[in-house]
Amino acid sequence: MSAPVTLVTSPAGSGIPNSPDHSRLGSKQHSDGGWGLVPVQVRSARFSSFEIDDFEAVTGQELEWKHSPVAKLTPLTGGELDGSPLPIEASNAAGLRIEWIDRDDQRIGRAGKPEERASANAWSSFQKALAITITGEEPVEVVVNRTALGTAPRAAHTVIVAEHHSRGIVVLQGSGEALLSENVEIVLEEGAELTVVTVQEWDDDAIHLASHFAEIGRDARLRHVVVSLGGSVVRINPSTHLSSEGGDVELFGLYFADTGQHLEQQIFVNHDAPNTKSRVNYKGALQGVGAHTVWVGDVLIRPTAAGTDSYEQNRNLLLTDGARADSVPNLEIETGDIAGAGHASASGRFDDEQLFYLQARGISEDDARRLVVRGFLSEIVQKIGSPALEARLQEAIEAELLVDVASR
Amino acid sequence: MSVLEVKDLRVSVETEQGTKEILKGVDLVVNEGEIHAIMGPNGSGKSTLAYTIAGHPKYHVEGGTITLDGENVLAMTVDARARAGLFLAMQYPVEIPGVAVTNFLRTAKTAIDGVQPSIRTWSKEVTEAMKNLRMDPSFKDRNVNEGFSGGEKKRNEILQLELLKPKFAILDETDSGLDVDALKIVSEGVNRAKANTGLGVLLITHYTRILRYITPDFVHVFVDGRIAEQGGPELADRLENEGYDRFLTESGLADATSPSQA
Repeated sequence: MSAPVTLVTSPAGSGIPNSPDHSRLGSKQHSDGGWGLVPVQVRSARFSSFEIDDFEAVTGQELEWKHSPVAKLTPLTGGELDGSPLPIEASNAAGLRIEWIDRDDQRIGRAGKPEERASANAWSSFQKALAITITGEEPVEVVVNRTALGTAPRAAHTVIVAEHHSRGIVVLQGSGEALLSENVEIVLEEGAELTVVTVQEWDDDAIHLASHFAEIGRDARLRHVVVSLGGSVVRINPSTHLSSEGGDVELFGLYFADTGQHLEQQIFVNHDAPNTKSRVNYKGALQGVGAHTVWVGDVLIRPTAAGTDSYEQNRNLLLTDGARADSVPNLEIETGDIAGAGHASASGRFDDEQLFYLQARGISEDDARRLVVRGFLSEIVQKIGSPALEARLQEAIEAELLVDVASR
Repeated sequence: MSVLEVKDLRVSVETEQGTKEILKGVDLVVNEGEIHAIMGPNGSGKSTLAYTIAGHPKYHVEGGTITLDGENVLAMTVDARARAGLFLAMQYPVEIPGVAVTNFLRTAKTAIDGVQPSIRTWSKEVTEAMKNLRMDPSFKDRNVNEGFSGGEKKRNEILQLELLKPKFAILDETDSGLDVDALKIVSEGVNRAKANTGLGVLLITHYTRILRYITPDFVHVFVDGRIAEQGGPELADRLENEGYDRFLTESGLADATSPSQA
């Protein structure tokens, strides 16, 4: 067996490995600790707590906030949150249960623990959690609509449990006004196959911060899809824990940022058990001045995770001047005994040869651009597995592409 | 009767060493239904001619004209040229991820014709054309050129040629990298298109072997950005036997390359 390897990769200029983690330095948990002055550079050692007061006020210097427009987020990172249940509409069906549960319910806290202040604030504030339980082996689909949540800061908590060998798709959809910080816990019991899709089509002024925590049971498979199209600031951070042998996660995302929009996602895949597999694929398009997207992909392969097979990639298509895409893949490998671990990141402008090829077939430049972007993003849409939702999202992307032509 | 006319065409490209003149005054007249083979050693400007006619932004026209039935082609955008009836079959067709062949073909056909093709006759036409080119039906659900073999890419180019029905097609080294079976299939497609629509063809090639399956009316030999010699099909036979050495010696270029079959 080869010796353990620790590998942290990060593209030049991202600054991740060198920037001190102030939130951790300042956290109460470690103020008296012997290693308080060592900045946390790796995901394996990041601080977590359920209590907001365990985190210092957010300054924007912290590793987990450094890419975000923190001034706009103060109501969620520092202020008081309305923790009453969100007004939701949910479709019900055989093979699933939807209910509001109390804070002391045993289902809460199974999948994760906040790693930053907005998440801890939501955790400290919610009054009741929405629990969605998938029970049957026949595939079932549930759509939870969250619309018009208002402009007052709110907290929410959702627990999704896929019981052993159950199969289903859970879609969380957001539209209208929102100023929301939420936690979503996802628990896959043995052999469960679950798809969770979170779709953000908020109004232009909306702000939405979410932390998703997934606990993957033995031989269970999670497909997690983040679709962010609308909102002023949308930050969805999925964290998955492959804690049992044979677990499998696919984390997909697509985002389309327009002028002034900030769309962010910080992914964490924690390979903790042998023979686990992960695939991460996020694709984004950006257009307009101040369109900003952030993708951080942390993959950790622990010494206990022999036989891990992991690959992550992020691709960004910058359609106009004045847009900015940050893409930071981090791979942390603590065992040499793996099946594979790779990462890729590419952000670029339009491929002129693609445009020429399409135009040489009579297709106008605008139509050619649309065709290419649609093709670029539809790779992710096609993976969702819900024909109705896929069709609707293709239309939503179409609408974004019309904005492109109008504003270019 | 359609005619594509190139007059005293001079074209340059930007290189790291500065502006480089590639075409140094090319004259060419292609009438509807004619097949013109453009032959010549590597670097003689054959592909530059092809891409300049199609309108690739990399090539700068320094002088001369290109007209299609009297209309100024050089004033048209790339897509307008295609809609006017010009088609370039590319040597290295580009991958378009996420765009299925069927969607691409329909979009192109709609753009060229200005109206959507009738669903029923169109899908029949596509199926028939694919069958003729020995393309598996599953092909149309694949993304354009993504994961295609060299032969599949070239067949896909000819499929578009047959379906889009241009007035003039420029085939840029369509024969390169094809085995003999694929070469025959592709050649049949070009001959079919000519028979069906009276297509005029500018067949650019380094080798003579495709000329066994597509008989040219005229052969032009390109050397150093000019047409060095032209004639009928017999000129191709002569090149097959003698190679390009004679021309290269005349133009003072060393390192002759041979046009003989691969």
